[in-house]
Amino acid sequence: MNSLLRSTAKCLRTGAALGPHGRVWSARFLCAAADFQKDLGEMVKKDKVVVFMKGTRAQPMCGFSNAVVQILRMHGVDDYATYNVLEDSELREGVKVFSNWPTIPQVYLSGEFVGGCDILLQMHQNGDLVEELKKLGISSALLKAEEESK
Amino acid sequence: MAITADHIRDKLIKELAAVLVDVEDTSSNRCAASYKVLVVSTQFEGKPLLQRHRMVNTCLAEELKEIHAFEQKTLTPEQWEKQKSQ
Repeated sequence: MNSLLRSTAKCLRTGAALGPHGRVWSARFLCAAADFQKDLGEMVKKDKVVVFMKGTRAQPMCGFSNAVVQILRMHGVDDYATYNVLEDSELREGVKVFSNWPTIPQVYLSGEFVGGCDILLQMHQNGDLVEELKKLGISSALLKAEEESK
Repeated sequence: MAITADHIRDKLIKELAAVLVDVEDTSSNRCAASYKVLVVSTQFEGKPLLQRHRMVNTCLAEELKEIHAFEQKTLTPEQWEKQKSQ
């Protein structure tokens, strides 16, 4: 991200910048991209649980995104933000740059990047997800179910 | 650059000193290049999941630009042995 800001500053001085592959990027484009990264910074902090996915919670458009939705559902997490990258190509590419992560879905807990579907699944299986949710003040439904069965 | 399972496997072995790499081409399940990898390496020891996955992502940065879907499992040799016996 720093190099993006540096080239933004450079192009503001010279009016243009050379991006990778020798393409000339206009100052406006680089500023918009930098602004978008800032917006993402706010989006991931606005809600405790944030998921960038393909499709929507009601209609996931990819098996991995669906897996994330189902895991959260199992833990009784209803109150979370989802952003559909299929609706917005700038979001789709921007979030990969922001997280420095190549794939979707992407899960953020309390503003921090947690990982994709693989990581969430492993956290769910090894009990880490229940712990992380507890730190956010969210009591997992699975924890309640376990306590009830005792 | 032709991305093949072998190419991915070789790169992971070389750059992560992996003792075991299994690459499954899952493209037939989807519409575009997809892979599922298992990497066992001592370099993962003491590192949290996210950091391990980032190591793999960094190793395959060029390839991932063209891969559509990617699943990964990262284990230390000890975790791998434990999993095998289960």
